[in-house]
Amino acid sequence: MHEYSLVQALLQRVEAEARSHHATAVHRITVRIGPLAGVDRQLFATAYDNCRPGTMCDGAELLIDGEAVTWRCDACGAVIPEGSVLVCPTCCLPARLAGGDALTLERLELEVPQHV
Amino acid sequence: MCDVCGCGDPALVPVDVHERLLSGNDRTAAHNRAHFREHGVIAINLMGSPGAGKTAMLEATARALGATRHLAAITGDLETERDAVRLRAAGIPAAAITTGSACHLDAEMVHHALHGNGAHHADYLFIENVGNLVCPAIYDLGQAVNVVALSVTEGEDKPLKYPTMFRKADLVLLTKIDLLPALPEFDRAALEDALAHVMPAPRLIAVSARSGAGMQEWAQWIELLRAPQLANVAGASAP
Repeated sequence: MHEYSLVQALLQRVEAEARSHHATAVHRITVRIGPLAGVDRQLFATAYDNCRPGTMCDGAELLIDGEAVTWRCDACGAVIPEGSVLVCPTCCLPARLAGGDALTLERLELEVPQHV
Repeated sequence: MCDVCGCGDPALVPVDVHERLLSGNDRTAAHNRAHFREHGVIAINLMGSPGAGKTAMLEATARALGATRHLAAITGDLETERDAVRLRAAGIPAAAITTGSACHLDAEMVHHALHGNGAHHADYLFIENVGNLVCPAIYDLGQAVNVVALSVTEGEDKPLKYPTMFRKADLVLLTKIDLLPALPEFDRAALEDALAHVMPAPRLIAVSARSGAGMQEWAQWIELLRAPQLANVAGASAP
């Protein structure tokens, strides 16, 4: 259930960003969670809903983007299909994870008063 | 325009961040790693299910290496200091982290535990993580390597069920092999095949803390970790 501690870290990061922009509210938060991040997207969304009341993110929509798992051979650049042995069949070298473990705060949409 | 302060209507401002959610933990882990490197300490993050035999492995490691190497440990459990008490009895100075409800150790907990436990005198610091095959995998603690203990009774398909944990492992210790005579259905080839599907460079050492089988191979594996570390220390002190 580390999703709750991740959401706490997310809320702190978003609030710091919002303050630095003198925002009065957060409208939307976009995060990216890959299948190999070790994080359950549904649990993360539930944790967010449970943690946001009373914070600046109370009314903010959470969008969770995904990411495809990509294993690649560093030597020849070949993509090693997920679900196969993680060695390049041509070069016999171990594959390297080139995508799929993302766990990032991508972007925010903030409500910022406009002074005239 | 609002009639309170004269401001205009609020604007919706998009802000690109592109930052890891665990960037705060990553910074503390980098601090821990620099501390270990400076003091020549090899930190080993030992993970595995509850009951995989992590503490017994460290007790056996003390018997195998305790006479020639300074060992230290940090143990993580939701409640009790029982593992740390066992390790102290085995001759390993050990600090306990009781996490309460947290299912993993993070870099800040390890940093806090480092203060005052004398681990900077150690050749090896074993960080025995909370028994769990999911959450500990995503938190960098500043370790040199990740080792996952998997006991022979847990099933050969565990790596396929918990790919994130095994993907991050530098070594898998197959523990409790003294039980194999009672487990005729255990299929080591199936386990190695499962590891090859989730670990790019799978490395497996079969051990028994009880009989001592495999302990020499494990001791050699951790001794080899010192070679690059010693090169770093020498490089750091060179003019």
